[in-house]
Amino acid sequence: MSWINLTALWKIIVFGLIAGAGLPALFAGGLYSLSLGPRLRTANADGTTTETDGLIGGSVIGMVLAAIAFLIVLAAIGWGVYEVYQIGHPAVKK
Amino acid sequence: MLVLVVIVALAFDFTNGFHDTGNAMATSIATGALGPRTAVAISGLLNFVGAFLSLAVAATIASGLVETNVVTLTVVAAGLCGGIIWNLVTWLLGIPSSSSHALIGGVIGSTIAASGGSAVLWHGLVSKVILPAVLSPIIAALVAATGTWLLYRITRSLTEGARKHGFRIGQIGSACMVSLAHGTNDAQKTMGVITLALIVNKTVASGSNAPIWVIVCCALAISIGTYLGGWRVIRTLGKGLVEIESPQGMAAESASAAVILLSSSFGYSLSTTHVATGSIIGTGLGKKGADVRWNVAGRMATAWVFTLPSAGLVGAAAFGIAHGVGGTFGVVVDIILLALLAVFIYWRSRGSKVDPNNVNAEWTGSVAPAADAPVETAAA
Repeated sequence: MSWINLTALWKIIVFGLIAGAGLPALFAGGLYSLSLGPRLRTANADGTTTETDGLIGGSVIGMVLAAIAFLIVLAAIGWGVYEVYQIGHPAVKK
Repeated sequence: MLVLVVIVALAFDFTNGFHDTGNAMATSIATGALGPRTAVAISGLLNFVGAFLSLAVAATIASGLVETNVVTLTVVAAGLCGGIIWNLVTWLLGIPSSSSHALIGGVIGSTIAASGGSAVLWHGLVSKVILPAVLSPIIAALVAATGTWLLYRITRSLTEGARKHGFRIGQIGSACMVSLAHGTNDAQKTMGVITLALIVNKTVASGSNAPIWVIVCCALAISIGTYLGGWRVIRTLGKGLVEIESPQGMAAESASAAVILLSSSFGYSLSTTHVATGSIIGTGLGKKGADVRWNVAGRMATAWVFTLPSAGLVGAAAFGIAHGVGGTFGVVVDIILLALLAVFIYWRSRGSKVDPNNVNAEWTGSVAPAADAPVETAAA
């Protein structure tokens, strides 16, 4: 039995990067898609206009893409939690 | 005797939840993404669920650290007292320390005091506790830095307001995952210790998994502790570390949750405190222009090194007292001493109360007037 479990180590690093950095990145991608499109403009007192600061840009394709990205994130979390449950209950598998 | 041990163990679990609410929820409370009471309620609930999710860590603690055939119930009780005392004292003084290492240190210390170093499974200790303790903050930092960099890069065209708003929502999700992960790792430690006591008492066979009533009790204790909330810690974490923006918060929390969940499933008992700190440092590294306070990080690391041996000494002392007095009464003496200390610490902390009503008040440099100097480091 070795002092350090290299298999577990690389798995933690690789899956950690996928889940811990990849999923938030996908979420960010969703936010980006959501913001695409012609933004509403609000009129200022001096006659100029300013872009609204809201989340939703107004592009339909952007919204669909965003919805897909958010759903993938949710599905991945659900699947990951299920996997942890499976691994974490060795007695059940016997 | 067994009943006493279980009660002390559940008390430890309670302080553990109490202590660690901040790890998951502080940033969401600070950014206003969640109301303070809502946040602790969600966190408590998810800790409860997380406790059922994986039993790998409980197995490590129960059978992987000490020779179960030489350990007695007195040893377990003394170890728990050591862990709780170290936890309470460091909390009051604002020294960052890991509840997990306090517990493990206490149990190992009392084991050595009782039957010498040969009763400790050093290989299990190094490969499942010490190495993960060193590696996990580094991995968490790497993941968080990568995540932070990606988040800022992908959303660089967004307006500041949209980005802030969007990631606040994301933060709620990632904070929930941290709470869940916390349940899979920290609730497990107490389950492991109670299982160890049951093995010692021959109630269950060596190498057994935690029985269902143990799981339920531990899940309840940690979630009630979480729900009552360590407002002091939440305040320090959420308001003391002002440099964190919501995308960084989400990156740090996702990294913590991923690393803790993965490690839990491999049976590594790591400190959620260490991982959360590693992630926060990582998120500082991943964003251009953000600086990491290396001196603070250095002080935290020093405290981490001291936790295991110090809690071990307290555990050994607690065993000495219990053994000196002898029998069940010895353990009762330990518990009375512990209770007196807890009352004293509660009394000391009353002078500077932090609760849901003032948790988000303007940060003036300390947790509350009476708190001791190194509150900044309590952020761990």
